[in-house]
Amino acid sequence: MKAIVTVVGKDQKGIIAKVSNILFESSVNIVDISQTIMQDMFTMIMMVEFDNNEVSVADIDDRLSDAGKEMGLSIHVQRQEIFESMHRI
Amino acid sequence: MINPFEIIETINMIDNENLDIRTITMGISLKSCAGPDIDKVCENVYNKITSYAKDLVKTGEDIERQFGIPIINKRISVTPIATLVDALDNPDIDKCVRLAKTLDRAGKAVGVNFIGGFTALVHKGFTKGEKILIESIPSALAQTDIVCSSVNVGSTRAGINMDAVARMGEIVKESAELTKEQHGFACAKLVVFCNAVEDNPFMAGAFLGEGEGECVINVGVSGPGVVKCALEKVKGADFGIVAETVKKTAFKITRMGQLVAQEASKRLGVPFGIVDLSLAPTPAVGDSVAYILEEMGLEKCGTHGTTAALALLNDAVKKGGVMASGYVGGLSGAFIPVSEDAGMIKAAECGALSLEKLEAMTCVCSVGLDMIAVPGDTTASTISAIIADEAAIGMINQKTTAVRIIPAPGLKEGDSVEFGGLLGTGPVMKVSPYSSEEFISRGGRIPAPINSLKN
Repeated sequence: MKAIVTVVGKDQKGIIAKVSNILFESSVNIVDISQTIMQDMFTMIMMVEFDNNEVSVADIDDRLSDAGKEMGLSIHVQRQEIFESMHRI
Repeated sequence: MINPFEIIETINMIDNENLDIRTITMGISLKSCAGPDIDKVCENVYNKITSYAKDLVKTGEDIERQFGIPIINKRISVTPIATLVDALDNPDIDKCVRLAKTLDRAGKAVGVNFIGGFTALVHKGFTKGEKILIESIPSALAQTDIVCSSVNVGSTRAGINMDAVARMGEIVKESAELTKEQHGFACAKLVVFCNAVEDNPFMAGAFLGEGEGECVINVGVSGPGVVKCALEKVKGADFGIVAETVKKTAFKITRMGQLVAQEASKRLGVPFGIVDLSLAPTPAVGDSVAYILEEMGLEKCGTHGTTAALALLNDAVKKGGVMASGYVGGLSGAFIPVSEDAGMIKAAECGALSLEKLEAMTCVCSVGLDMIAVPGDTTASTISAIIADEAAIGMINQKTTAVRIIPAPGLKEGDSVEFGGLLGTGPVMKVSPYSSEEFISRGGRIPAPINSLKN
């Protein structure tokens, strides 16, 4: 299954390291990654892929949200269909 | 890969602009539960609801987690219960209340927050069962928590059943009296309709209509906050741009609804019915239809120009939404429930928004006079007359109208009623002090209107 991970917050050291480490520990593969500063906020968007039988979107979301809280970042994991359906006809 | 700006836009709508799916409503037909024996009927009803809807709440929560979109309510609508009452041996009020309690128990067992369909459709006349069901509404609502009731008293095709209108004024009063400790809370669960729709997923007026199938999933979207934020970006632009902005936003909101509806339908193995494109406000600041109207340039919702602004909004929401979903239905438009909308509450409190203006607004909004608190000493005939006015607007304009009004016991104009949760806080509004008693006591039917010679 493919999902989109978004990380938004104040730029600081170790964001990518922390997030990608959690994804690695959850057996999640990073397919694509982009990073930019949008409205003065660090914004990272990852497309990830994983085996739905091993780990669920909710599990990954829980693990990343905990890390996000520690670092003061807003982290979401959502199935990519939500973005496709909203912005594509 | 999807454009990062689009991804951030979606997340921003959910996190900061209160975008949500307001409700997934499962419609369940109870026609197969009918019979003469009340014990057996109650058992059938309970078993059918709890078996069909057993995974509804969990499925809703799973979808919520996976897509990261909040789904606020999971609900059930059922066949109008008057149909079951008609089939009973010696139906009486107690048996109707037992049916209501069964719905309440079944709804609570599967974890939904409302169950609608304690309903009678009497726009042309009453059956015996319908008459008894209507008589039982005050006790049924007072003795249950999550059961919602609706009565259809008029339609464009049939005219208005003024006997039903007269009785409903009294029923509303009795419902308020029986729940006076909670400021007449039962009335918040009771809607009187003209041209009721069969696939509405929103409460308190949801029921599964006569033409519907065995089981169906209907989804109601929301998102007044998103529309308001979109309009903030086009300050001062002309109405063409305002309408276009609302349409684009409604399209995006509705796509969410369509996605969730399809996913829920697939997972539950139940056919997808419709997406209802309504802008449904909540008392949360930033989730208000009134603030959209004010964003268009009105100092306060309710001032002159409000009806025009609402007409534009209601129409643009539909135009944007129909393209986004395969099947659009329900009430689709902008709701204007006073106590559930932070901007409307403020406008009513400062005197900008009156009952008369609300009535005018209902000519162009999606439903009608919704969640309006009036003084406790308002007479039943005045409430009936308010219902008659609203039904007339619906009948003539071929649209759904409704009245959900709370004559708050012991309270007077200027007081405030606290209902809590999504139902919010209602400022008690002024009603005309002049009597409609003789008019309402005439009874009979207002004939169906002519549908040609429209000049």
